[in-house]
Amino acid sequence: MTNPHPPNANERSLAPGQRLASTKKTAMSESAVAEIRLLASRYPDKLAATLPALYIAQSDMGFVSLSAMQEVARALDVPPNHVYGVATFYTMFRKSPVGRFHVEVCTNICCALRGGVKIFERLRERLGVRPGEVSPDGMWSLAEVECLGSCGTGPCLQVNYDVYDELLDDAGLDAVIEACKSGRVAEWGSPALRG
Amino acid sequence: MTQNSNIRTKPDKHRYTFEGFGSEKHPNFLLRGAGDLNNWPLRVYEGTHEGYQALRKALQMAPGDVIGEVKASGLRGRGGAGFLTGLKWSFLPQDTPDKKYTRYLAANADEGEPGTFKDRAILEYNPHQLIEGMIIAAWAMQCRKGFIYFRGEFKWLIDKLDAAIKEARDAGYLGQNILGSGLDFDLDTYRGAGAYVCGEETALLNSLEGRRGEPRQKPPFPAVKGAYGQPTNVNNVETLANVPVIMRIGASAYASIGVKNNSGTRLFGISGHVKNPGLFELPMGTPLRYLVETIGGGTLSGLPVKAIIPGGASAPILTPDNLDTPMDFDSLHSAGSEGGSGGVIVMDESTCMVQAALRAMRFFAHESCGQCTPCREGCHWAEMILSRIEYGQGRRGDLELLESLVSRIMGHTLCPLGDAACWPLESIIKKFRREFEAHIEQGKCPAHSESVLVSA
Ligand SMILES: Cc1cc2nc3c(=O)[nH]c(=O)nc-3n(C[C@H](O)[C@H](O)[C@H](O)COP(=O)(O)O)c2cc1C
Ligand code: FES
Repeated sequence: MTNPHPPNANERSLAPGQRLASTKKTAMSESAVAEIRLLASRYPDKLAATLPALYIAQSDMGFVSLSAMQEVARALDVPPNHVYGVATFYTMFRKSPVGRFHVEVCTNICCALRGGVKIFERLRERLGVRPGEVSPDGMWSLAEVECLGSCGTGPCLQVNYDVYDELLDDAGLDAVIEACKSGRVAEWGSPALRG
Repeated sequence: MTQNSNIRTKPDKHRYTFEGFGSEKHPNFLLRGAGDLNNWPLRVYEGTHEGYQALRKALQMAPGDVIGEVKASGLRGRGGAGFLTGLKWSFLPQDTPDKKYTRYLAANADEGEPGTFKDRAILEYNPHQLIEGMIIAAWAMQCRKGFIYFRGEFKWLIDKLDAAIKEARDAGYLGQNILGSGLDFDLDTYRGAGAYVCGEETALLNSLEGRRGEPRQKPPFPAVKGAYGQPTNVNNVETLANVPVIMRIGASAYASIGVKNNSGTRLFGISGHVKNPGLFELPMGTPLRYLVETIGGGTLSGLPVKAIIPGGASAPILTPDNLDTPMDFDSLHSAGSEGGSGGVIVMDESTCMVQAALRAMRFFAHESCGQCTPCREGCHWAEMILSRIEYGQGRRGDLELLESLVSRIMGHTLCPLGDAACWPLESIIKKFRREFEAHIEQGKCPAHSESVLVSA
């Protein structure tokens, strides 16, 4: 079957045959390990700490690399295979590096009806990155995401964990980009975004 | 854990009111103070919204009587399926002299269904109403512990709920021997990480246990074997937020709102091509037309309405001749659609239905958990076929191929995600078949030179 638009491998959590990105940072900080160990006692079963621990590892190590998964397995003392399985299931665990401002645009149906796809295309031009890439200066990365739960005020987007659910138009988009540039948006991996 | 700095201070642009909202005809039970970011603390909830009075009343009653009251109110689950809440609560096994259970309660705050943005309003403005509802539910079912499972993107709301839970604990509403009733109950928040399927209750339980969010085979149902292998009840946030209302005004008063077998009010989110999108609380059974034309103000472009999805992206599509359908579970079902999650998506005449079908299918193909073959392969194939139709490479027989896929997915999957993907597709093909055929015959999209709804 000819498919004119095969899904972009970069937009999938992990495409078949794709390797997990590696990183120079292979160890988690002591404080993050301690935080994870503390978490484990909060749940009826330490396995339940896997998702929160991956969030901590993600902000500590920049993204969820193979080493990050191994570090989580070590800190929680659970099988590494369990952590690989979980980390690759969920899209919010980034398996490849992201920019200081990771911009996620909702292009699902309600936002698309109000111009979400245009916003996404425009951002691709403005930021000069394609989905799955990081801009050369390390500032930006971009992704198309599914419904963010702001359909009534779409199109909407999220920068790191900050939501812009405000009927975005071009002027609004400029304001978001400006806010990032002038340091008014928490950067990826900053402590405020932990856990 | 709690960092107050992450609690939202940025104004929220959602619309929550309309003319006459808050009157006897259009009571406001779930959106009190919505839009005012200072509405959430315990002080306001107790001071101006009769907060935790319903809990005091419930704790005076026997747990079984609380379940009876919820049954009598006729409350149906707001998460999608519309199952009777009181009945669901009665499925949890009770302790016997030789067998004691640890029962759990989970609130479903995954809110992933496209078109749905209702639970977030309760969480943002009335978090204590959910907490109070959960404590009453815990009393009724004698649960030991409750979890609120959030979608990962709702980070700021998790911080808010953590703060609200702390307030409730400090005030003695959570913890040991709550208000002298003998009930020990506490709450915790849990953050998902971006998977629509985790809204399905058994997938939610897997995720809550720190696993991949794959739905479980049923039976056993969560009421028998849920979180950590223990009996668990899962309810939607809005369902639980209705519980204090029922306790406060009484089951019969609650049952008198709405229509037969569909009592109370419901949160409807209206989005898409309407002039005034927003979230509105309306009695069950309000005609769709009132929502689209009176409150929504018709279409933004002034073009006629072409199609309406009345219950979130997985509900079958309706056309303008269905505008007089009452918005309740049974009437929408009779009209060939579903009440679903209450997200109403409006499309005007300019919309290309092939694009709409493709965008919806792309979503389901992306969100399929991959466990069962009909859903994993079927949704992906459907996406590819729709994609070639939209981009001018459709073939004769593609529509029949899609229909044969639909019949092979529907009813053959482990969880309802496969069905959810098929409902909109099947109904769009049925109602807009000409448009699909025109794409195939002309070898292009007749309406648009570029895709407005799908990125390349
Ligand atoms: C694929 C799928 C996604 C779902 N997503 C949600 C959701 O985001 N929120 C929700 O409350 N229920 C969702 N549900 C419904 C739940 O499985 C469940 O029926 C509901 O939480 C029960 O609560 P209720 O009885 O209060 O309606 C989903 C179901 C399916 C099959
Ligand atoms: S469709 Fe974009 S937020 Fe729901």
